[in-house]
Amino acid sequence: MTVDRRQVLDNMIRIRVFEERCAELYGQSKIRGFLHLYIGEEAIAAAILPQLRSTDAFLGTYREHGHALIRGVPAGSIMAEMFGKATGCSGGRGGSMHLFDASRRFYGGNAIVGGHLPLAVGLALADTMANRSEVVTACFFGEGAMAEGEFHESINLAALWNLPVLFCCENNRYAMGTSLASSESQTDLALKASAYGLPAWTVDGMDPDAVAAATAKALTSIRGGGGPVFLECKTYRFRPHSMFDPDLYRPAEEVEEWKQRDPITAFAERLTLEGVVDADVVDAMWDAARDEVERAVVEAEAAPFESIDRLLDHVTTQVRS
Amino acid sequence: MREGTTYREAMRLAIREAMIADERVFVMGEDVADYGGTYAVTMGLLEEFGPERIRNTPLSESGFVGAGIGAALGGMRPIVEIMTVNFSLLALDQIVNTASTLRHMSGGQFSVPLVIRMTTGAGRQLAAQHSHSLECWFAHVPGLKVVAPATVEDARWMLPAALADPDPVIIFEHSGLYPMTGSMGEGPVDLVSAAVRRAGSDLTLVASAGMVPKALAAADQLEMEGLSIEVIDLRSLRPLDRSALQRSVERTHRALVVDEGWRSVGLSAEVAASITESCFYHLDAPVGRLASAEVPIPYAKHLEEAAIPQVDDIVAAARMVLGGGMVRDGGIVHA
Amino acid sequence: MPDRELDRHDVFALPSLGADMDFGSVIEWRVAPGDTVNRGDVVAVVETEKADIDVEIWQDGTVAELLLEVGREVPVGTPMLRLGAKAPESVSTPPVQTPAATASAPPGEQAGIEAPLASPFARARAVELGIDLRGLSGTGPGGAVLVADVEAAAAAPTSEAIAPASTTSRRPEISGDGVRSAKRAEGMRRAIAERMALANRDIPHYQLDVDVDLGPMLDALERHNASLPIGERLLPAAMFLAAAASAAAAHPECNGTWIDGGFVAAPSVDLAVAISLRKGGLVTPVITAADTRSTTEIMALLKELVTAARSGSLKSSWMVDGSLTVTNLGDNGADRVHGVVFPPQVALVGFGRIKSRPWAVDGVVAIRPSSVRHWPPTIVRPMAWLAVAFSTHSLDDSNNRRSHDRPRIDHAHD
Repeated sequence: MTVDRRQVLDNMIRIRVFEERCAELYGQSKIRGFLHLYIGEEAIAAAILPQLRSTDAFLGTYREHGHALIRGVPAGSIMAEMFGKATGCSGGRGGSMHLFDASRRFYGGNAIVGGHLPLAVGLALADTMANRSEVVTACFFGEGAMAEGEFHESINLAALWNLPVLFCCENNRYAMGTSLASSESQTDLALKASAYGLPAWTVDGMDPDAVAAATAKALTSIRGGGGPVFLECKTYRFRPHSMFDPDLYRPAEEVEEWKQRDPITAFAERLTLEGVVDADVVDAMWDAARDEVERAVVEAEAAPFESIDRLLDHVTTQVRS
Repeated sequence: MREGTTYREAMRLAIREAMIADERVFVMGEDVADYGGTYAVTMGLLEEFGPERIRNTPLSESGFVGAGIGAALGGMRPIVEIMTVNFSLLALDQIVNTASTLRHMSGGQFSVPLVIRMTTGAGRQLAAQHSHSLECWFAHVPGLKVVAPATVEDARWMLPAALADPDPVIIFEHSGLYPMTGSMGEGPVDLVSAAVRRAGSDLTLVASAGMVPKALAAADQLEMEGLSIEVIDLRSLRPLDRSALQRSVERTHRALVVDEGWRSVGLSAEVAASITESCFYHLDAPVGRLASAEVPIPYAKHLEEAAIPQVDDIVAAARMVLGGGMVRDGGIVHA
Repeated sequence: MPDRELDRHDVFALPSLGADMDFGSVIEWRVAPGDTVNRGDVVAVVETEKADIDVEIWQDGTVAELLLEVGREVPVGTPMLRLGAKAPESVSTPPVQTPAATASAPPGEQAGIEAPLASPFARARAVELGIDLRGLSGTGPGGAVLVADVEAAAAAPTSEAIAPASTTSRRPEISGDGVRSAKRAEGMRRAIAERMALANRDIPHYQLDVDVDLGPMLDALERHNASLPIGERLLPAAMFLAAAASAAAAHPECNGTWIDGGFVAAPSVDLAVAISLRKGGLVTPVITAADTRSTTEIMALLKELVTAARSGSLKSSWMVDGSLTVTNLGDNGADRVHGVVFPPQVALVGFGRIKSRPWAVDGVVAIRPSSVRHWPPTIVRPMAWLAVAFSTHSLDDSNNRRSHDRPRIDHAHD
């Protein structure tokens, strides 16, 4: 599948604008709880998600606003969720970490590191057993999850049962404040994953073209019945882990060095050089993204809060008496 | 229905019937296939349904329970078997953090129609990592439904009800009940109400799972002393049928809760509190609790027997409550 | 009063002065902080539902602190006073009120008058049935009132035999003391009724009567009294008590208590003597070790008991639990007394009045022993009904055949 590179750039810009506005709104106390921003890592979601079909399923972590946005969840619905409003994509029950959208086969928004990997296996198992051919489940997780038992159990099951899962490891080098080197005996994550007998590749997660190409190859293999693929995307988050993180565990120079490789700037330059876009187009993308996000904020502000009378809704299917 | 079906056979029949009726239903767990299930519940099903639907898993409870959740999200009707409740702790993350929360976290967009079966209880000299009764851990969690069939009829009919339920249902099968025989009845049964297994007027004995037959035996013994004992089988631990407890105790004015779990912060505490809340002005004695000794279940037969409530313990505790007295130390005291 | 650590050895708690005493209130302190007390000293007068009783202390020491306010009803076992090694120079103001001050306060408003322990259902039922829980002693743990106790109380017939009620109802006087005594009389009546209701419910009674010719006993009595001043003469009641004591000693299965489903034989014969009070009501002070006492001794004690009981000054050492109760309502004119066993005892002996009746001796009516000169030379003999009530908990038919083949009243040891 070929990817529209203009669209990928646009996706990256939309995520960036959305996330920066979130940081601002957090400062204004409009958004509360934990807020994990994807700034710096946009290339991955922006390049992978457009390649998923509407029939495919995907699961994300608690750093999933960008994925939701690119999957097509309306910005207003995501923002309303973060505002805790009834019109949010999870009815105000989930917040930043738990965005869901059943109509887009988006299974969250999962905040137990590694906890959603078994679900990906099960979703793929269901597709397989129901003979839904060429359907893929994409599962995004950070490199921190690879120390969890659930990663190993899940990738083993998927490989053992030859299930159509794309395991996408967004390796931003820090599990909160713990560096990869201080948590993994084997820091070559693709090598580690390959022990389970599945294709496992590493790509530059700051380069959307590289991510897109690897994804296309992986999806072709998976849809063709080749079983799961593990894809490590090396990336970096430009902001601290969450809003309340003084970022003490990594040198400021390191952060600066990575910021010099800002994927949006680099990709915009590349596309401009290649004549795919020009400066006006890129500016228009930023403007459109800002418009989209501002409309989302207005919408979220205006949305009603869920009635406390409905507090106990959605615990089980039984309607409370 | 014929008499004399075992609890195990009833369970197997229920699984088989569900698999024939609905292609979405499949069984997944450790040694459910060639081995036939640790407690032989799925014996013979591999031959009939094949390895896709009688699906052996590696020893990875979190992985395959989570896969069950995913499969349920994906439209299947998985029956996940966990060998014992002790092993389910390896899957607690999936059950407590995910299965029970998805519907709520997603604002009602997703339901998890997953059935988890697991054995519970002591009595087979399996010591401290295969014998515990941790039902209350799960019954604590909103979003789950927790049932404990204590009769052959419930073993036969709770499974189809669980499969029909859009939410995760955990079925606790007491390992001591598998050989028990009885009538399967005609079904269907629900997953929310308690059952009066024996009517009486002097005392309400509340029990679940493996304690139900013991409570009935104790009631028979007390009847010979002229005491009329009502036995309530909770059947469902979540939701608890609080109104059934209330109705009974308002008549009998005395209650003894028998629980194979530990007493501290346990199922018996919840039941006793519920009765006290709803029946306070009807109580003629403190609500009694008889639970397992506060010890990991030991191996040696005599120690194991001493650790869990036995018929004689129930009789003694019942007498205590009937005399207006307080059942102390869970009724079982071992210095 | 805030909770404090009380060393058991230094604390004297309100004793139970009878199996049916659950509560009491100090109405007068006989000691004050700093006083030296010795074992046996009366430290306080305690009002119970049955009587005002002098409470004796069981330890030697110096009173350090009085822990109860006068007039406050407390359960048995509540610390009354604390003893110190020596008299403290200054003690904090003890919570002592003068009896006069207390008497002026309406009893209903006294702090701390508590209902007994009762189950919630018993309380609800008591309200429904109009039963005052404060008069009930329960069968539950710690004397807690259960619903069965309430229902038994509601259903209980008035126990005429053991507690003859005054037929003329008296309105309580308005003064503090009057109110208190009226309240006590009412409480006593209720306590007796509850006790008897309980006994009737829980004790499977079995009753025997024996008609006894008291001629030989009265002859002996007459001979004994002939040479004595009036104040030292023996009365038939003392003979009855002595006879009952020696019979009980010979038949330990009748002398003891039924506790927790088992009979416990008493180590000595402690005769509870039923004494009816002039204002109505009944107390049962105890003559301890009656089987070891002479009839003269018993006579002296009986006089003392009756006087004290009727003046409301019974000592706590008399208000212990008896092992067998004797009632002598014959003094009041009753021919027979079919008593109710006083739990946890297992038997009760009742003597009817001595009454001249025709009697056959050795198969012949109308024999007049030549030795008896005072009795009319007719067929008439001085007779009395001796009735014994047993609890079949601990005594059955065969026991009774053995134990009461013939009471030995004719020669009570002197």
